[in-house]
Amino acid sequence: MRSPRVPEMATQEVQPNETLTHLKTESDTLKTKLEEERAKLHDVELHQVAEKVDGLGQFIMKTRRTLKGHGNKVLCMDWCKDKRRIVSSSQDGKVIVWDAFTTNKEHAVTMPCTWVMACAYAPSGCAVACGGLDNKCSVYPLSLDKNENLAAKKKSVAMHTNYLSACSFTNSDMQILTSSGDGTCALWDVESGQLLQSFHGHAADVLCLDLAPSETGNTFVSGGCDKKANVWDMRSGQCIQSFETHESDINSVRYYPSGDAFASGSDDATCRLYDLRADREVAIYSKESIIFGVSSVDFSLSGRLLFGGYNDYTINVWDVLKGTRVSILFGHENRVSTLRVSPDGTAFCTGSWDHTLRVWA
Amino acid sequence: MPSKMHNAGRVAHARRMVQQLRIEASIERIKVSKASSDLMRYCGEHAKSDPLLMGLGASENPFKDKKPWSK
Repeated sequence: MRSPRVPEMATQEVQPNETLTHLKTESDTLKTKLEEERAKLHDVELHQVAEKVDGLGQFIMKTRRTLKGHGNKVLCMDWCKDKRRIVSSSQDGKVIVWDAFTTNKEHAVTMPCTWVMACAYAPSGCAVACGGLDNKCSVYPLSLDKNENLAAKKKSVAMHTNYLSACSFTNSDMQILTSSGDGTCALWDVESGQLLQSFHGHAADVLCLDLAPSETGNTFVSGGCDKKANVWDMRSGQCIQSFETHESDINSVRYYPSGDAFASGSDDATCRLYDLRADREVAIYSKESIIFGVSSVDFSLSGRLLFGGYNDYTINVWDVLKGTRVSILFGHENRVSTLRVSPDGTAFCTGSWDHTLRVWA
Repeated sequence: MPSKMHNAGRVAHARRMVQQLRIEASIERIKVSKASSDLMRYCGEHAKSDPLLMGLGASENPFKDKKPWSK
């Protein structure tokens, strides 16, 4: 794994002659240098290198399960590591845990707020986290006793000063990473509710985040209304790389399975692929006919396919290497708001403003 | 001295920006050709174990029932 060379940091006090003008000039010089360094290594396009790879055939993917039960727009969903359970959250304030094989609802919690924009399954499968307009992220332990009132065991973990847009457990049940409309991301200890690290750098609401696959170390990527995707060091709180090529809000970010790249989906109707070691955008997934925003993206297990859920109710499936669309899927009757591939890659699930979730394979 | 304090705030912000840019400008990068071939190699190595790519049949995919399924 490569590690960034960190330059010696300036630690002197503000000098009388360190004017705003000097700093602005240095800032502009550094930005130009960044662009030049990135451009030097731009020797070829990904899709050109991928010409020698076999094309993909026809894909037949259909809705295999429809999960009905939410009373309003589904905003977020997440898979359990057991590859069959799903947690979903909705504008109606409800968080539901489903068995996707049988479509049975196993648990339901009513949150004290509407617009539960974020939910996540704990790695152990024994708890779920959720939040939204309440500006918090709360953890609910899942009880085997169906009669037990889950709301009674609720634990408030994160507190932001604006809505919670996304949350994710790290590789244990003990820590949660959150992103918020307040422009920050934060890492929390679940047991104590203590703030462990905060991440400042976005200039507007942060809408999404994704943790790097565990083999690649302690980093995560976030995307925001400032059109930027930032990669962060979880221990230091430092932003180590930043990408600004989208033309509108970034609604979703997801790491490529090797951890060397990540994809993003935006209101500018494109998905993009950024390679972390080349430090640049290496692909754009778009068509003139696609004019509605992308709400969520995820990769198939090998990283060859990129699934995008769109505001025009469809799912577009992209060949990540060649940059072409391989399939378009219909079924939802309103915006697709959330999309995740299952942990073993056998299916993917979408949630929609049409109040339903669908499992596709 | 309100104008001095305002200026100090802007200077502090500008210093943070410069420090951030120094970090970003100094990282080691590789060529797009190398990055691309690594991505392709990863896809190739894992293609056979990608169920959505390979299209598993009903006997191996729990979501695909052997019986006809009506949505």
